[in-house]
Amino acid sequence: MTPNDKPSVLDAPPVAAPQRLARLLRWLRSDLAAAASLGLLLALAVLAIGARWIAPFSPIEQDLVNTLADASAAHWLGTDDLGRDVLSRLIHGAPASLYASVLAVSVALLLGVPVGLVAGFLGGWVDDLISRGIDTLLSFPAIVLAIAVTGALGIGLTNGMIAVGIVFAPQLARLVRARTLVVRHELYVDAARCFGASTGRLLWRHVLPNTVQPVIVQVTLLLAGALLAEASLSFLGLGIQPPQPSWGGMLARAYQNMELAPSQMLAPGLAILFTALAFNALGEALRVALDPTMRRL
Amino acid sequence: MIGRGGIRFLLRRLAQALPVLVFATFVVFSLLKLVPGDIAVTLAGENATDERIAEIRALYGLDRAFLLQYGDWLWKAVHGDLSKSLLSGEPVMTSIVRCLPNTLLIVSIALSVALVVGVPLGMLAASRPRSWIDSGVMSFASLGVAVPNFWLAMLLVSLFALQLNWFPATGSSPFLADPVLSLRHALLPGLALAAGGVAEIARQLRSSLMEILSSQAVRTLHAVGMHPARILWQHGLKNVALNMITVVALLANRLLAATVVVEAVFAVPGMGNLIVNGAILRDFPIVQGVVFAMVLIVISLNLLADMLYRVADPRVT
Repeated sequence: MTPNDKPSVLDAPPVAAPQRLARLLRWLRSDLAAAASLGLLLALAVLAIGARWIAPFSPIEQDLVNTLADASAAHWLGTDDLGRDVLSRLIHGAPASLYASVLAVSVALLLGVPVGLVAGFLGGWVDDLISRGIDTLLSFPAIVLAIAVTGALGIGLTNGMIAVGIVFAPQLARLVRARTLVVRHELYVDAARCFGASTGRLLWRHVLPNTVQPVIVQVTLLLAGALLAEASLSFLGLGIQPPQPSWGGMLARAYQNMELAPSQMLAPGLAILFTALAFNALGEALRVALDPTMRRL
Repeated sequence: MIGRGGIRFLLRRLAQALPVLVFATFVVFSLLKLVPGDIAVTLAGENATDERIAEIRALYGLDRAFLLQYGDWLWKAVHGDLSKSLLSGEPVMTSIVRCLPNTLLIVSIALSVALVVGVPLGMLAASRPRSWIDSGVMSFASLGVAVPNFWLAMLLVSLFALQLNWFPATGSSPFLADPVLSLRHALLPGLALAAGGVAEIARQLRSSLMEILSSQAVRTLHAVGMHPARILWQHGLKNVALNMITVVALLANRLLAATVVVEAVFAVPGMGNLIVNGAILRDFPIVQGVVFAMVLIVISLNLLADMLYRVADPRVT
């Protein structure tokens, strides 16, 4: 920077990356629930990616002599009705859950955010039309539509989760639309328009960044919803197909053996519960941290 | 109670709901277009005769333009004809009429439990903010939102039906024939479903109550020496009741969807089992019919909530 090149008031204050990281760490230190949730989710991601190397046994190898065994040194969580190692199946079930959640929420983001931006920014009949469409999709229960789509396209997790994403999209669209309505008449947007910025540039550079914070919070909460939807679909036999392990599928098997071995349902159920809990807690913590009226991050 | 303004409000809300309804039926019908390949061949299944395929083609009028097919389907649906099951040949409407009461009973129980338990919990938490009671209620609410309700259902079956034998583990029974047996069947599914509802109501009630209790008006009441309990009951609850209408309507919608999975655990012959079996067996008219019925119920519930809101607060226009 030359001596004449004084920073102008128009420049946004630059935030260096290390500073951001420091702020993130400070936030995590001040909010233990957020730190614990993030830690749990990161650990889960590591398990999901490294399942093949971390899991002590193959998730589908059967040992019919050793079925429904209690926890032991070899099998920390015991074995299921086909003698498969429960811990290994749990670890190998993690990728399915995370893949399904991320898929559904990505679909919701890709559909919801642009639609919300356009509706809020253009207004008029476009907004009316889109808002009616949003109302319509909001009256479809996510899991019911997912089941129907699976019934049409054939059984498979991907189809169902795309349907869940489509039903989640209006929630994001509504959020983005509301933010856009507020921002579109701000002075800096008018100024950029006066300088000849195109609509696309206005949306991308000036409106979109303002919608990021509420969207992040909502996405975290939707991830929990998608996780529960995946578990439900797999439990119903409409998601991941056996012998591929999934937490919902493990619960379906535990259900069959409920009278014989009720403890079989504990591990997969707790896995779903704690993952959903972590997503929700992280979302709530982010909501507080990102709220401009009580800014901490 | 409802004057001329109220009737105008009702008509306008109906006019707003109509396009949503039409669009929703279009989405429901379009689901058919997702079926890959020749729809009639796919739906007829393996080893189907040519006659069978022709029958399905005629059922949906597949040789005609898409919009005509849709119009035909909608016309019949409006007249209560949701076509016939591809497997049993039973009219879909008959199946829905048979299954819907079981589902509605479970949802009603869940909604009642959610209100009866959730409202006191929310009030308790709001009246002592940041106390151990408050944090206890909020932790319980977080658990209630995150717990997979079909897993909770399994835990309840295992404990109360299989170990203690207090309730039947599966099935249902018609309410009018034997209300007590019917309730015994529906109680556990209702409880499993209620967990999320209790959490939702407690949370929402707490946050809206706390907003009101920290307002200027309430501070004035404290200043003039009104008893805190009276403030909570008279001013807090009256103002919060309006919000609760919307919360309860949204909750009813959500419970209606969630019961699909809970029904599977208890093998309740309700809407959930109908659509799940329909999807697995590719009995597409059943699937379409259930989605149609569910969406219709959701839209009617929203309309009803708006009307109640208008009755409770005539300033709404």
